[in-house]
Amino acid sequence: MEKEAILKVEPNTVVIRPTKGWMAINLRDLWHYRELIYFMTWRDLKVRYKQTLLGVSWAVLNPFLNMVVFSIFFGGLAKMPSDGIPYPIFSYVGLLPWGLFANALLNASRSLYSNQNMVSKVYFPRLVLPLSSVLGGIVDFGIAFLVLIGIVLYYNLTGITHLMLTWQMLTLPLYLLMALGTALGVALWLSALYVQYHDVGYILPFLSGFWQILSPVVYSTTLIPAKWQVLYALNPMAGVVNGFRWAILGTPTGPGPDLIISTAVAITLLISGLIYFRRMEKTFADTI
Amino acid sequence: MIPVIRAENLGKRYHIGLAPQKYQTLSENITNALSAPLRAIRRVQTPKMDASDTIWALSGVNFEVNQGQVLGIIGRNGAGKSTLLKILSRITEPTTGSLTIRGRVGSLLEVGTGFHPELTGRENIFLNGAILSMKRAEIESKFDEIVAFSEVEQFIDTPVKRYSSGMYLRLAFAVAAHLEPEILVVDEVLAVGDAEFQKKCLGKMGDVAQQGRTVLFVSHNMSAILRLTQESLVLEKGQLVLRAPSSEAVDFYLSAGNTDAGERVWDADEVPADATPFRPMALRLRDRTGNVVDTIRSIEPFTIEVEYRLSAPLTGLRIGIYISTSRGEYVLTSFDIDDELFYEKHVSRDAGHYLSRCTIPADFLNGGRYLVGVNASSYHVRRYFMDEQALSFNVNTAGAPGMQWSEARPGLVRPRLEWKIEPK
Repeated sequence: MEKEAILKVEPNTVVIRPTKGWMAINLRDLWHYRELIYFMTWRDLKVRYKQTLLGVSWAVLNPFLNMVVFSIFFGGLAKMPSDGIPYPIFSYVGLLPWGLFANALLNASRSLYSNQNMVSKVYFPRLVLPLSSVLGGIVDFGIAFLVLIGIVLYYNLTGITHLMLTWQMLTLPLYLLMALGTALGVALWLSALYVQYHDVGYILPFLSGFWQILSPVVYSTTLIPAKWQVLYALNPMAGVVNGFRWAILGTPTGPGPDLIISTAVAITLLISGLIYFRRMEKTFADTI
Repeated sequence: MIPVIRAENLGKRYHIGLAPQKYQTLSENITNALSAPLRAIRRVQTPKMDASDTIWALSGVNFEVNQGQVLGIIGRNGAGKSTLLKILSRITEPTTGSLTIRGRVGSLLEVGTGFHPELTGRENIFLNGAILSMKRAEIESKFDEIVAFSEVEQFIDTPVKRYSSGMYLRLAFAVAAHLEPEILVVDEVLAVGDAEFQKKCLGKMGDVAQQGRTVLFVSHNMSAILRLTQESLVLEKGQLVLRAPSSEAVDFYLSAGNTDAGERVWDADEVPADATPFRPMALRLRDRTGNVVDTIRSIEPFTIEVEYRLSAPLTGLRIGIYISTSRGEYVLTSFDIDDELFYEKHVSRDAGHYLSRCTIPADFLNGGRYLVGVNASSYHVRRYFMDEQALSFNVNTAGAPGMQWSEARPGLVRPRLEWKIEPK
């Protein structure tokens, strides 16, 4: 028994050699560096609102101001249909998951490039960087979500809406997971491409703007003609935003066959992203 | 004894096309940007890299290091030292061979990596520790020690962007130094910081070695190599050319590359591609009568000449020489257009073949071994080429003032001073 214990304290041996072909996703390595994921997430959060006047209120102001602008232009002037829900709540509930997704996508895609100094100087599983960028957005989301509760209470108290707690709300974490998984999957592709082609930096704002138009954030998914609905469902964020509205506002956009398509696309993006990222990982330090 | 590091046939190939480009000027950036679509098309058309697009930064390197050994690694710029260290610290993968490491590798290449200017010293210690693969409990237990070592106690809760560069470096080094790795890799970083701090760093390195850990020490400072290591590896053009006791290795290194004494000739493949349009041809040392020599007499003047070609006209180019001791102390730096009148006349040079030469006066250098370095640059614009240790030479003090006494004279210069002695 004693002998075994001694054998275990032997220093761990690492053999560094060229890896061939497709590497398995090294989850053990990632687990070993879990504290780094925590610290990088914490750093991003800590730094994000340093030396800002309003600090963490920006997490709220961002979707809130968007909601005000959208309500004036799309809800007020353009009279967008909002499934019978007051337009401000309708758009805020769409902006919540959208903001989480867009921030996660942008930050994680830039994560390798903006931490190039770390990538070219220290070893750690590179997955830590996009992963911690994605996780950092959850805190902002949580704060913005608290404000949603306030908005709902206001509309309920003034008698405009009669929203209640429902079992459907239990599905929210699943939709969240889908938004984060999609963001991570796309960001894994883009962050790895960013290392070699800095063009990605210019594409990102365009991509996020374009994607928002393709998601039912400011409009209702009922605007999309029935024959295009299947194509529309290829966008996982359509499923997420619709799911959020169904779970919170009770709109008739609950899970259907479209959700299966959305989920399949999200999983495909995530797995292919992981594979591509792992494949390119070994060249990051040389090309960044 | 089981070796803690074993390199077998280690090699690393780089694609030149992927090598980072340095010192780009704005106009180059613009032309690059304009031609980018064209190059992208060309790249698609010829996707296969041929052998001429690649260089072996390291090839066929075999060595073993035993536990507790302090091993020096020396070589010129581009000899493969940093590539070897990068493979050792798992930052990059080798192209061939393998490297077996037993234990945690800590590297002083990594000083301050991941430090965020907005975070406080305390926060950065935890973050940097995590980046260097320390566990949180480990950092907590060593926290006080790290702070004491860094000497920034008072400012530990101040954002590091308010630190002086010295404080910043001390804090960064303190974290790296407390990683307590089984294998410590030390690079040239020690060249930064004040003398007091350097002493502290070298002391820490000595402690690490005494605790039976293994240290790899890379430096251009030969006296530090001699002082701190028993044995050294000499790398040349990516290959391990010698492993010997450090005194022997340093001698070999200092005389390597000067097979023709007093002259250093650059072959085309020794000049980095990004030096263009500058192309160094040779660096020579001539005595008073014009012979190329590797030993000069301190009481006679001698000439240092740099021969080079320009493949395109250049404005602002200045050719400089350095003289330094083999211990790494600089004696002087001088550029060919330092003189204002000369500057006006030669600030623009046409394409062509040139010789820039200067005369070092008699009764100037003290006896010993010196290195001559070359630099070709445009101030604040771009450095075309630099080799700080292109050539070595000896100074013989025969006939110099004071030679009636055989004692060694401390000091880098040995001028003939005018003394007066008068009764008062």
